[in-house]
Amino acid sequence: MNGRRFVCDECTRADLLRATAGRGLPAIEPGMPVPAGTGLTRRGFVARSLGIALSVYGVGRLAAFDEGIANAAAAGPQPILVTVFLQGGADSLSLLYPQGDPLYAKYRKTLAVSGGSAFTEDARLFWHPSLAPLAQLHDEGKVSVLPAVGYDHPDQSHFTSRHYWEVGATDPRLLTGWLGRYLDTIGSPDNPLQGLSLGGSLQPSLATARVPVATIDAPGQYDFYTPGVWGSVQDRLLDAIGGLGAVRSHDAAFSTAANVARQSDRLRRQLAPFAGKKLTPPVQYPTSSDSFPTQLSGLAAMIAAGLPLHCVSLEATGSYDTHADQTTELGPALDTTAASLFAFQRDLEARGIADRVLTLVWSEFGRRAQENGSGGTDHGAAGCGFLIGTHAAGTQIGEFPGLDALDADGNLKPTSDFRGVYAGLLEQWLHTDAERVIPGAGKFQQPVLVK
Amino acid sequence: MSPPPVYRGPFGKAQAERLLWRAGFGPRKGEAEALAKLGLAGAVRQLTNPGFERLVGPSPHDDKGHPLAPYSAWGHDHAWWLDRMVRTSRPLVERMTLVWHDWFATSNDGVGSQKLMLEQNELFRKHALGSFHDLLRDVTANPAMLEWLNGLENEKGSPNENYGREMMELFTLGADRGAYTERDVREQARALTGWQNRWKRNVGAYDFHFDASRHDTGMKRIFGKTGNFDWRDACSLCLSHPMHPSFFVQKLWSYFAPMPPDRGTQASLQAIYKSGYQVKPVVSAILSHPALYLGPRLVKPPIVHTAGLLRRLGEGITTTDWAWIGDLSGQRLFYPPNVAGWDDTRWLDTATFRGRWYAVQRMLRDRTLDPQKAKEPYDADKLVARALDFWSDPPLSSGTTYALTQFAKHALADAGNATWKQQQYPVLVQNALRQLVAMSPDLQTA
Repeated sequence: MNGRRFVCDECTRADLLRATAGRGLPAIEPGMPVPAGTGLTRRGFVARSLGIALSVYGVGRLAAFDEGIANAAAAGPQPILVTVFLQGGADSLSLLYPQGDPLYAKYRKTLAVSGGSAFTEDARLFWHPSLAPLAQLHDEGKVSVLPAVGYDHPDQSHFTSRHYWEVGATDPRLLTGWLGRYLDTIGSPDNPLQGLSLGGSLQPSLATARVPVATIDAPGQYDFYTPGVWGSVQDRLLDAIGGLGAVRSHDAAFSTAANVARQSDRLRRQLAPFAGKKLTPPVQYPTSSDSFPTQLSGLAAMIAAGLPLHCVSLEATGSYDTHADQTTELGPALDTTAASLFAFQRDLEARGIADRVLTLVWSEFGRRAQENGSGGTDHGAAGCGFLIGTHAAGTQIGEFPGLDALDADGNLKPTSDFRGVYAGLLEQWLHTDAERVIPGAGKFQQPVLVK
Repeated sequence: MSPPPVYRGPFGKAQAERLLWRAGFGPRKGEAEALAKLGLAGAVRQLTNPGFERLVGPSPHDDKGHPLAPYSAWGHDHAWWLDRMVRTSRPLVERMTLVWHDWFATSNDGVGSQKLMLEQNELFRKHALGSFHDLLRDVTANPAMLEWLNGLENEKGSPNENYGREMMELFTLGADRGAYTERDVREQARALTGWQNRWKRNVGAYDFHFDASRHDTGMKRIFGKTGNFDWRDACSLCLSHPMHPSFFVQKLWSYFAPMPPDRGTQASLQAIYKSGYQVKPVVSAILSHPALYLGPRLVKPPIVHTAGLLRRLGEGITTTDWAWIGDLSGQRLFYPPNVAGWDDTRWLDTATFRGRWYAVQRMLRDRTLDPQKAKEPYDADKLVARALDFWSDPPLSSGTTYALTQFAKHALADAGNATWKQQQYPVLVQNALRQLVAMSPDLQTA
């Protein structure tokens, strides 16, 4: 597979949208309502329930925002689990590499990494230089490393292996995601924000069977502009999205389309406090053409505003399917990813909400020990993962299995099972019986993940 | 083997409309009525034998009025193909081109050349309804695909498994069916070795060719057969694999109907396919099947929704905004999310819903009614009827019509006794209704 994500220039898109809004509208005359979407109706708004000042554009009913925020706040702070996917199968033997191991030099004649700092829990391993920000968080006791996480009988298909991780079981037929099943157990029927995908599409781990979940690019951009419609008619138009969502049908596809309209309507109301608002994070995030850093900074702002988020999933910068040119591909991707995760952690700390968030970084598999002839590596088995947060136990989960004990395909063997990790997160962090979510959860060793 | 069942019910405007959405990009004004007159068999025959292509409607241009530069300018590739979907007289050929783009999903993110992507696109169009064997062979040797799945890095002594794996998993046999082993993946990679190209500054990659000196001429063992296999053999071995026809039929069917075919239909479609790997007879049988007309609706892919609305309006391409709007709605042409293509079961979510909203908004922008100049009736029912007329009367469920009418009633009532509002609100409501009709669950599905 090759799956480099299309990276849209967020700025360009936002500018285009901004340029669009308001174009071609007639002149405003006295007594006429002011057209929305032009930035003219910007109003400062204080959410009384939280005591925070927000900028609101295209104002409809301020009371509704207050109600939405009040509900969010009333729910009380919940623990939040964020999952970050390294798409394509990240090379664990580069992320944490066994420097000085003669087998490493042998397998990685051209790709052996060097120049990173030592991993303090295992004298054999070193951090990839681009992961220095994670090494620093690790030194602060905020990162648990999973040096070889996977499952028995590894599947080397991206799609099958990713599917297993997304659904939380090695079952090709399971349709709901592991976080989706969790939300189906404890979630509410009218809060799409409880399961939030950041980016262009729904992350499969959040696929539910019962309760709504949401997908957005950025919290400030969830608007629905229509030319030639404003004032009270525009408010009615926005309400009518919910009206379309209420249309009932026996047809599955029709119902899907109606449900999405209803969820979009609900989400727009929840995000109204962010509409058109420029976020000013308390810490500096890396600048990148990829949206990962801005998605994380938007996420921190949403958590800080008390929106009822619970499980959040997104993809990190870069494609990790490094069949060729691994050295040039991997460094920049890890640079942005690690620096963004670091900034996110510092952002949460600065806002005083770091105790509420744990972030799991995962990939569908690691890569073959033996490099291929294209300056790259082919699909492997066990990979590495990270659990980040002030409540992360901070000690490694499983250990590095060594290059002298590869499996029959020449891949790393797992020393921890992703289903055990999920079970641990569900029980220790989300306080839910893992058996209700992960099939056969009790069969897997559950590591200590949370302190 | 008995032939697959054929739909025998009435074939009127509604059935023709659904056929045109499934097999193309929806009807232009009057097209469904015209197709209905041919009857089902005649309609399918016309779609599968369309003759030479005519492009109907205004020529595309960018926002400044310049012709599109699809080889070089950002977003023009997307706009160029969208234009072809909108103006073509061979909708099924164009729809099948889209099917193959999804089936052999190649992204310009990995290829880095709009020219190579468009050349691949032409290949899909050429084989749209032809032989799958020819298609697979040409795709295997296609420069964009060689770039995308590392075919050029796959050489004797240091095989790269990328294409060998995906050609079995995604293109011909399917994963988790026991069709192949990890050893088959490695041996296929060896069989596929030997592709090479050259590179020149200002030109980029060119001269893609097979170089025998880079090919592994040793014996390979694939699917239990042993031989000195090369890339052509790799293709043939996949197609003659006993599990290929079932994979092919199931996957092709899934582009036209949401539920898998029943076992009898599956078996007879496989029999049709196996007799010569021809696509057209299988597609003809699918388009004639009762499941298409009596079965459940299908969510339209975002690009089909957009192209179809533009066709209904008789509107041409006048902007390259379509590229980022395509991204927002979850389908930027030439940039599928990965080699498995788009997930056809998850087109709609809260983000892509907004993308579709922006697509509709963009095509309405140049047709926005000016409340100071336009006249619209102060009557909810009439406004809804006029909005439907604007979209050439798409079939709408009673629930949707009710929701639209309720919106119009309440919005008009807000005008109160103010005379200027009673004049202008109907125009604003008409602008809004046009947006809502195109966003209704009825028009998101077919």
